[in-house]
Amino acid sequence: MTTTTLGAPTAPAPVPHKQRGPAAARARRKRVLHWIAVHSVAIAVALLFVLPFVFVFLTSVMSDSQAMSGDLWPDSWHWSNYKAVFETPGFLDWWRNSLMYAGLGTLFTVCSAIPVAYALAKFRFRGRRTAMLLVISTMMLPPQVIVIPMYLVWAQQFHLSGTLWPLIIPMAFGDAYSIFLLRQFLLTIPKEYIESAKVDGCGEFRTMIKIVVPMAKPGIAAIALFQFFYCWNDYFGPQIYAAQNPGAWTLSYGLESFKSAHSVNWNMTMAATLLVMAPVIIIFFFAQKAFVEGVTLTGVKG
Amino acid sequence: MAMTLSNPARRRLRTLGFLSPWLVGFSVFFAYPLIATVYFSFMHYNQIKEPTFVGLRNWTYVFEQMPLFGPALWNTLWLVVIMVALRVVFGLSLGLLITKIKTGAGFFRTAFYIPYLAPPVAATVAFVFLLNPGSGPVNEILGAVGISGPNWFNDPDTAKPSLVLLSLWGIGDLMVIFMAALLDVPKEQYEAAELDGAGAFAKFRYVTWPAITPIVMFAVVTGVVQTMQYYTQALVAGKVASGVNIGPGSVIQPGYPEHSTLTVPQLVYQMGFQNFNTGAACVLSLVLFAIAMAVTMLLMRKRSGLLSAED
Repeated sequence: MTTTTLGAPTAPAPVPHKQRGPAAARARRKRVLHWIAVHSVAIAVALLFVLPFVFVFLTSVMSDSQAMSGDLWPDSWHWSNYKAVFETPGFLDWWRNSLMYAGLGTLFTVCSAIPVAYALAKFRFRGRRTAMLLVISTMMLPPQVIVIPMYLVWAQQFHLSGTLWPLIIPMAFGDAYSIFLLRQFLLTIPKEYIESAKVDGCGEFRTMIKIVVPMAKPGIAAIALFQFFYCWNDYFGPQIYAAQNPGAWTLSYGLESFKSAHSVNWNMTMAATLLVMAPVIIIFFFAQKAFVEGVTLTGVKG
Repeated sequence: MAMTLSNPARRRLRTLGFLSPWLVGFSVFFAYPLIATVYFSFMHYNQIKEPTFVGLRNWTYVFEQMPLFGPALWNTLWLVVIMVALRVVFGLSLGLLITKIKTGAGFFRTAFYIPYLAPPVAATVAFVFLLNPGSGPVNEILGAVGISGPNWFNDPDTAKPSLVLLSLWGIGDLMVIFMAALLDVPKEQYEAAELDGAGAFAKFRYVTWPAITPIVMFAVVTGVVQTMQYYTQALVAGKVASGVNIGPGSVIQPGYPEHSTLTVPQLVYQMGFQNFNTGAACVLSLVLFAIAMAVTMLLMRKRSGLLSAED
């Protein structure tokens, strides 16, 4: 992330000698006060945003009894809580399942979204506008609207309830949100690159692989990240398909049952909570730019 | 020119080829289940015996007899109105604040954005802990300054506002969207307004607001559609706050406390997957669908940025 300055000095700049005088001093005072006011508000708000993480962490290293006491600071640091969480039966399976769901889901989504987004962004054909409208409609559709017939098909025809496959397989057939986002990104790639590739005798598919995909890397990174996090965070999907088989639970789904199993151990629950959050936050620090670009793309570059 | 470009039939085939993953996905995972949902809404079906046609009976059951439909619809609409309004106001304020920050902008942006990434289940479990009335850190701190804190997720009057707090904590996505929109407003317009003697409020009212209206509209509409599907946080908050051990076979009343966190999507799940009343569940799904579609149509009509670069 780069620091954005709106062409204004980054700090109350020293006033050049020539501009001394009561008016300049007033202006300078006003600027300093404005700087202080804005930053005080920002610090206060940032504290409110960060404190939940701090309290969750502090509780996660408390002893069992202290975690129930309402104390804010741990008397002694029980790092073994984390070890105990990992040793909880099933916890490692939930990690494996989450990684499989998120990993395969992301791979499938990216592979299927690229050609579709490319066609929607760069081909001229009849019904293109309608296709775009339909993509957006699917994006807007609450998952609960279609879940019952889908569940019946997966459970009764394919006997795949109790696994995560009913969630992973559909991602090989295009995810509306990713298609939309990638198409918005591809619109920003100038036509000339694609045309010159074709003049050089490149077929449409090769043009896509050789020219468009390398240029669209930031957009592809953004949809990959969003999809990974969507799967990682998903609760509704695993609840529908995996609930009856604890061996197929994901971290997001398992966490809540972890809480009920350890109903009094807030320290263990908070340690588990942080372990569910950790991958997402670590990935974010490595890929901030792709993220912010992706979020911006959804809202702004129409 | 290559053959593929001059031959219209081949070109059409090529387009179909590129679109094929989505065409399959759309028909199998969207069109089919949508039609099936409508079909089942007229059927009595317990997922074991063959479905039988019952006309409008599921519909009249949901609207006239189902005891939880009223509270669930009320809660969903309450959340849609309050949550979306506060999220837009708060997201815009944070976007404005972040564009005014000169020192440490990267740090503040990250701090405001990170909670958005927290998995909903984890964030909800954490909030139920932070806000728990007996020993939660928030009420401890409030107590230290002489305020006796509310019961948050354990009181029907404050359970929904607590969910709103949770959702405001994860405002990062909206903040980034608004920030980008605010940075796109041409600087010359502000300078011109300043020359005309405009103060901070006038500048916002006559320069900023007209420039960002489409984004505000976008945020409202996507917010409404998202809140119509509000599920995970409400369900998890209710379950964890109730402290019930959820083992196999245990029946808990959804929406703890007193149905105050029960939403329509939760009712769909309960009807379809716990009571095996497929017909009623499909009716509820279609109620959600109708509202979400109406809002989407509004969005298309207003051209609020979603399709504006179409040609």
